[in-house]
Amino acid sequence: MNNSPLLQCSQVRKAFPKPDGEELLVLDGMNLELREGQIMGLLGRSGSGKSTLLRLIAGLAEPSAGEVQYLGHPVVGPARGIAMVFQSFALFPWLTVFENVALGLEAQNLPRAEIRKRSLAAIDLIGLDGFESAYPRELSGGMRQRVGFARALVVHPNILLMDEPFSALDVLTAETLRTDFLDLWAEGRMPIKGVILVTHNIEEAVLMCDRILVFGSNPGRILSEIKVTLPQPRNRLDPSFRELVERIYVEMTARPKGAGPGGRQERFPGLGIGSVLPHVGSNILSGLMEAVAAAPFKGKADLPEIASDLQMEIDELFPVAETLQLLRFAELEGGDLKLTEDGLAFAQADIDERKRIFLRHLLAYVPLAAHIRRVLDERVSHSARKSRFIDELEDFMSEDDAEQTLRAVIRWARYAEAFAYDDENAMFSLENPT
Amino acid sequence: MKRFEPYVFLKGLASRWDVLAFIVVIGLIAFLGETAHGLFDPLAKLEAVPLSLDPVHLPEYAARTTFRMLAALFFSLVFTLTYATWAAKSERAGRLLVPILDILQSVPILGFISITTVFFLSLAPGRVLGGEFVAIFAIFTSQAWNMAFSFYQSLRTVPIELTEAAESFRLSPWMRFWQLETPFALPALVWNMMLSMSGGWFFVVASESFTVGNSSVALPGIGSYIALAIQEKNLRAIGWAILTMLVVILLYDQLLFRPLVAWVDRFRVEQEPGERVPDSWALTMMRRSRLITASTLAFHNAVFWTSRLVKRTDKPLVLVEEQDRPKRRSLDLLWVSLLVLAVGAGLWHILAVLVVNTPLAEALHVCGLACLTMVRVFILIALASLVWVPIGVWVGMRPRAAQIVQPIAQFMAAFPANLLFPIAVYGIVVWKLNPDVFLSPLMILGTQWYILFNIIAGATTIPAEMRYAATNFGIKGWLWWRRVALPAVLPFYVTGAITASGGSWNAAQVSELVSWGHTQIRARGLGAYIADAAETRNFHQIILGVAVMSLFVVVINRLFWRPLYYYAERKYRMT
Repeated sequence: MNNSPLLQCSQVRKAFPKPDGEELLVLDGMNLELREGQIMGLLGRSGSGKSTLLRLIAGLAEPSAGEVQYLGHPVVGPARGIAMVFQSFALFPWLTVFENVALGLEAQNLPRAEIRKRSLAAIDLIGLDGFESAYPRELSGGMRQRVGFARALVVHPNILLMDEPFSALDVLTAETLRTDFLDLWAEGRMPIKGVILVTHNIEEAVLMCDRILVFGSNPGRILSEIKVTLPQPRNRLDPSFRELVERIYVEMTARPKGAGPGGRQERFPGLGIGSVLPHVGSNILSGLMEAVAAAPFKGKADLPEIASDLQMEIDELFPVAETLQLLRFAELEGGDLKLTEDGLAFAQADIDERKRIFLRHLLAYVPLAAHIRRVLDERVSHSARKSRFIDELEDFMSEDDAEQTLRAVIRWARYAEAFAYDDENAMFSLENPT
Repeated sequence: MKRFEPYVFLKGLASRWDVLAFIVVIGLIAFLGETAHGLFDPLAKLEAVPLSLDPVHLPEYAARTTFRMLAALFFSLVFTLTYATWAAKSERAGRLLVPILDILQSVPILGFISITTVFFLSLAPGRVLGGEFVAIFAIFTSQAWNMAFSFYQSLRTVPIELTEAAESFRLSPWMRFWQLETPFALPALVWNMMLSMSGGWFFVVASESFTVGNSSVALPGIGSYIALAIQEKNLRAIGWAILTMLVVILLYDQLLFRPLVAWVDRFRVEQEPGERVPDSWALTMMRRSRLITASTLAFHNAVFWTSRLVKRTDKPLVLVEEQDRPKRRSLDLLWVSLLVLAVGAGLWHILAVLVVNTPLAEALHVCGLACLTMVRVFILIALASLVWVPIGVWVGMRPRAAQIVQPIAQFMAAFPANLLFPIAVYGIVVWKLNPDVFLSPLMILGTQWYILFNIIAGATTIPAEMRYAATNFGIKGWLWWRRVALPAVLPFYVTGAITASGGSWNAAQVSELVSWGHTQIRARGLGAYIADAAETRNFHQIILGVAVMSLFVVVINRLFWRPLYYYAERKYRMT
């Protein structure tokens, strides 16, 4: 095995300009190395910049600072030798399977005979024999992603980048594709030397990767690196496999170093009126509280367990759990979700009682909700324009975040009957619509 | 949470949106009153107060032209809601109504004008009103067909779940029409209304000044103003007319279409979460204002109460069909016999008016002219495509550029070819150019923009990941155009090209016979033939020209565009 890294990122930073002239920092201080023979996982939640990093590595975007090096040369623009597999497959619907696969070789101006030979070999390798003349729309999702793999492999890349390649597939199909891929990799039948896999599925990362980089958000950065030394093929039910999954859950729910005892600064910075609120509805909040309150969890649930129980991915589960924490209905710690007294009471209560509890918590722990309510109470008309609050929020956050935050508060306030909102006139009021 | 409201009265007075709404509404009423003022004057008065090229009169002319266009739009809407609904609801009627619509769409507008003038004038003998009827009907014929088609399409594609929901709640057909079908069809309909308004401008000159017998009528309006400016070779007046059009288009865009587009956004069934919601200050005004809210409430109440009045069938649907089978058969029979009668009458008229009076030589001559026009249309569409497809793709991939280009193209599409007559005539006379070649660009003047619109729309739908994939695999240059960009926009291109082709045939009447002062330049073609016939009021020639043009347009659509469209849809549409 060669000693120099296939790929190296040093101090990579990516920021996007915002309309107001400031910039939105997506990735900062990113250092990583990919060596020959490794499958490296980038694990994190949406918004942690892992897909952005993948695009930087592929040369589809340019870093604002720092450098990406491939085989010792800086990556500027799409590099030959780095191929990508996409979440949405990104096949060209007007080309047949064969034409889709051959397209990458056509771009290299190879002789016709060689294009044909190599395309058929890739189609053969990935198990698409007999589908050469089919159009993508005639194929199932699994078959389409196989075309995506064949198209990437046919150009004989050194590095294969995979951007959540299995997340658009159903559970069974995804598992088949993963196993097939790992088999080909283990047998060394693919021309690739290293793989980077972006995922938000912890089990998938543990199943496939040799190293896992756990990403944190705001801005995206590496929280920790976990080496997976379990032998392939791995068994999901193996205790050491479960232990590793559990450990990563703990890692991902851990309080950042230096944060206060509340530990919420990480996800909801500032906690004042200016904190960005997640778009989580009241139904899923009550659903999660009920599930945690019920047997077998009895008020305290292990995150991996409840995630698989509810068939939710971490991407979906974490924002809900964190919203419960924000509203003081639950505590999130060490990979566990523990309901508070009021959380338990809420889970047992009937609909009116629930609304009362929710209203109390909303006004006590969500400063923006309390603020809107206060303004409405104070005004003689008991009504206020949405733009008034949007302007206030935009002192703290971007236009889009302000909109989302206000939407979240409106949703919760409607459920709690804290105040009403008329979308047509963009007016808050204390009256119910007639 | 109902609270006591002691300040309701004060609150009602205080809204500044109410003030704004008041001004706009009263202004609108004043405008209508002002415009309607001259309607019952005798026609002779038009001659007594001749049109003037003084730009002082332009606001009034603009108001009258806009009024005509809005009236035509209103009638188009009424036509759409009835004709298209009938075609969509009754399978029997649909089989006939849809092809009729297709043919009406291909009938050149000068044909409509010359054939219907006498009839409409006779409705209000000797009054300006009759002339207004002629103009409004002419504009109507340039607006109605595509609106009806869009509505028909929407009615046929209401999602099956929504239809089933409506059925399971036993909505009466009347309720279903207002609560489900019309709302569902609105977004596409509004879009087509915007296209129709642009299309209406193109024939504004032809529709406002026309000849009856030996006298010519020029209704006060921008169209007549342009016609007079051309006759008197007044370049400055042409400039004023362009400026006025720009202002009018901006005004109705802000006051009518922007609010409509923002309003119908809520009726879209599928909504992408990240998409920006259209915004309009005028709509905000209407929503904030009590005055206007109250009047929309009246409409809601009307729908509500009429829904109660219309009796719903409480019988299960299947049983109804079983019982009605014999009745149905006799209805079918009646329908078929009516059809046979209509076709027979039509045939007889064609024989009596056209075939008997047309020497074979003339028929061949007209077909030859149609071929010339056809060649011209195809070459121009090809040339326009060469220019606009690359530009459209480039613009469509850059959202910011698209935002700038779209409204400009929309204005250009409304630009009547007549405004370019001075340039065309001047160029051809000075450089002694061949009019057969150099008049042709006028045909595509207003219609090429449909190609651009559609290409831009198509390019914006290419998913980001697909573009990344192309970049990642190093697909560049001609290979990129051939394998990625062109296939991606092809379905959109065909839609645009069909519209552009139909429009160019129609535009041939205005652009193959061009005048500036007393200089008249003609290109050989069917458009010039029809324009000549309309000027000399040779009915037989008009009908012959119109029939041949309709025939050509329909046949080209059926044999060329439609197969191409289905092919592109099937193979290249992204799903």
